[in-house]
Amino acid sequence: MSIIQVHNLTKVYPVAFKQPGLKGTVNHFFNRQYKYVEAVKGVSFELEPGEVVGFLGPNGAGKTTTLKMLTGLIHPSSGDARVSGHVPFKRATPFLRQISLIMGQKQQLIWDLPALDSLKINAAIYGIDNDEAQRRIDELAEMLGLSRQLQQPVRKLSLGERMKAELLAALLHRPTVLFLDEPTLGLDVNAQEAVRRFLRDYNDRYNATLILTSHYMADITALCKRVLLIHQGQLIYDGSLDGLLAQFAPCRAVQLDLGKAYDRAHLETFGPVEQAEGRSVRFLVERDRLTETVSRLLAELDVVDLSVTDPPIEEVIGQVFEQGQVADQGLAPVMTDSSSPSI
Amino acid sequence: MTPSALPPKKPSLGRNLRRALSITRTLLSVYYAYMVEYRAELMFWVLSGSLPLILLGVWTEAAQGGSFALSSADFARYFLIVFLTRQLTVVWVIWDVEKEVVQGKLSFRLLQPLDPVWHHFAGHAAERLARIPFIAVLIGLFFGLYPEALWMPSPTRLILFVIAVALAFCLRFLAQYTFAMFAFWIERAVAIERFWFLFYLFLSGMAAPLAMFPPAIAQIAMWTPFPYLIYFPVAVLLELDTPVAQGFGVMLLWLGLFGLVNRYLWRKGLQRYSGMGA
Repeated sequence: MSIIQVHNLTKVYPVAFKQPGLKGTVNHFFNRQYKYVEAVKGVSFELEPGEVVGFLGPNGAGKTTTLKMLTGLIHPSSGDARVSGHVPFKRATPFLRQISLIMGQKQQLIWDLPALDSLKINAAIYGIDNDEAQRRIDELAEMLGLSRQLQQPVRKLSLGERMKAELLAALLHRPTVLFLDEPTLGLDVNAQEAVRRFLRDYNDRYNATLILTSHYMADITALCKRVLLIHQGQLIYDGSLDGLLAQFAPCRAVQLDLGKAYDRAHLETFGPVEQAEGRSVRFLVERDRLTETVSRLLAELDVVDLSVTDPPIEEVIGQVFEQGQVADQGLAPVMTDSSSPSI
Repeated sequence: MTPSALPPKKPSLGRNLRRALSITRTLLSVYYAYMVEYRAELMFWVLSGSLPLILLGVWTEAAQGGSFALSSADFARYFLIVFLTRQLTVVWVIWDVEKEVVQGKLSFRLLQPLDPVWHHFAGHAAERLARIPFIAVLIGLFFGLYPEALWMPSPTRLILFVIAVALAFCLRFLAQYTFAMFAFWIERAVAIERFWFLFYLFLSGMAAPLAMFPPAIAQIAMWTPFPYLIYFPVAVLLELDTPVAQGFGVMLLWLGLFGLVNRYLWRKGLQRYSGMGA
């Protein structure tokens, strides 16, 4: 049974707007006007227990708003959401005991005290006795590579150490559903890798379900088999990363190093030339014509070296958002690839 | 075995009570440690509540030259206990809640199975404990300067005073926390507290004992919450002419009323919360 079920979830915010200048200010004072912004529009998806899913979208796409609705922080305007069988906004204790939300650059730890003090509060709130709390702290601290830092005031910790301590605080009650909003934001490469490794271990050890947003594609490629793409509040893709490439990047790049130079016109008989500099040529070849084209290239040209690559995932996703696949092409709101769970 | 696979524990009164005690103990000890981090600032916070001691000087001088119901020593005692009551009932929750709502910091608290109000309440209670040594020093200093004001209250009155101060703190806290709920609708809920403070300043007995007010105004004031925040506990300890049982009854009524309004606004406010910035 799905652990997260989302059906037609929508959030509309009223936003006050005013014209600049004195006249606008006076008008705003006496006759305040609002426009209604649809931050999330009819989003639907399901997640199975233990899944790790990337939630991608440009700034303002509706990612964080969706996470806030799923964690019960904000009330949806319409639609349904169930997390572990609970309606999030009711914030029932059994629901709150099963979830955690981790936000990069946002802190729950008390700034002027050691993290251990905040952990003591969390342990008491979740009803974890002292011995058990200590066992869990030791276990999580070991997984995160933290030890003495927990006894230092939080304000004295580095950004990476603080993020690890935040993770520890958020996971002390062993939630089975984790919502992560930019968990590696601002961290250096080593700290990012440590956080990713920890999340992977936590998922393995507790079969926890993770849904994470990140602008670092390395987070997504390292952790997520499945991604959800949201654009202007609408879900535009739900499926595997590979499926995303197949669907939105129908061409693969074929890079050739040639033994001699050829005319560009001659090269273009094999397919669209993306780049040609001296004896180095790069073709864009449709996936279903790849084998045939590579065979022809090898047979008809003096090939010294050949490599076939996918375009970088960031590039593909960037193109998808730039083109506004749904709104502009009038496609169905959600496209799935064959490997994605049905919704 | 994953946590969700564990059989659900049946809630029992004993377990709930143990959990409540554990949370109370932990919150108090951690927030006490937090307040002690600000020990230097705490001294200034205590001194910033010295207005009653200034008024004490004014009224004792006036009492020497005029014909008032209270003697100079009575005034000194009155304002000393006003000072003490003020120190023990200081509340700043609206500033904290407003910040949490407007900046979205409430989100973390909402994710935990404990009403966020208990964090604030424990923070205030722990601050009282950290403040007591400074208050004790100032009171000792006061009796050094005004030895004629020294007196020994009866044990019954002392107990009633402690209860009245505890209820006054709860009432002031609950009233301000209720105004803080308006932060879900307006961005500067503190403005409401400032307006309320105007009435608090005059009707609470901080500026002058209610016995000095015209009788009609004093009678009306006794049905508002303001005198119960300062005047009533002071009157109880100093055995001024005030109906004690009725006073406790009115206090409980206001506590109940603010409690009901607070819970209503909390539920409605959460529906408007957008977790901005977090």
